[in-house]
Amino acid sequence: MQDLLHVLGALITLAGSAFLLLGGYGVLRMPDCYNRLQAGTKASTLGTILALIGIGLFHPSWFGKLLILAFFVMLTSPIAAHALARAAHASKVPLSERTVVDKLAEREAP
Amino acid sequence: MAETLMTLAVSLILLGNLFSIVRLVKGPTPIDRVIAIDVMTVTSISIIVLLAHFGGRFIYVDVAIVYGLLSFLGVLAVARYSEKGF
Repeated sequence: MQDLLHVLGALITLAGSAFLLLGGYGVLRMPDCYNRLQAGTKASTLGTILALIGIGLFHPSWFGKLLILAFFVMLTSPIAAHALARAAHASKVPLSERTVVDKLAEREAP
Repeated sequence: MAETLMTLAVSLILLGNLFSIVRLVKGPTPIDRVIAIDVMTVTSISIIVLLAHFGGRFIYVDVAIVYGLLSFLGVLAVARYSEKGF
């Protein structure tokens, strides 16, 4: 039973680390600033939550504080991404040439 | 079995961090560099908690919480500054 729980926790942690790897690769690979922000933030948030839950299965007495940490990451990571996207748009970072629509520029135009 | 999988997980996370470091060096605009730092810090929370697992020390989880809080505040300060100044 204990070994089964450990292998399950290791598999969940491995899935989370795969999401973190894909997030880092998206930051390297995407064409412009906003795509990089989206790929990095979404994948790294999910990967961090999965890794924390997997380690919590290893150590059941740590589970409460790891859950608090996962909730904290889930709360703060989208806020930081939103602030960075607004900052990029306000400092006029160019969009990719394949961008279809820019709603914020349409709304701010008089 | 389980420890081998955890070692593999740490190496995958470090490889992802390496990709972010390449973007941090290359990034054409300052916002790109801040994005790379943001992804690296959120990734490093997992690395610190995995180190706590390997060492068997519960106190490192507190280190991860403080690290996440400080990185969030730092990224938010840079974003607000480059949006319209303080």
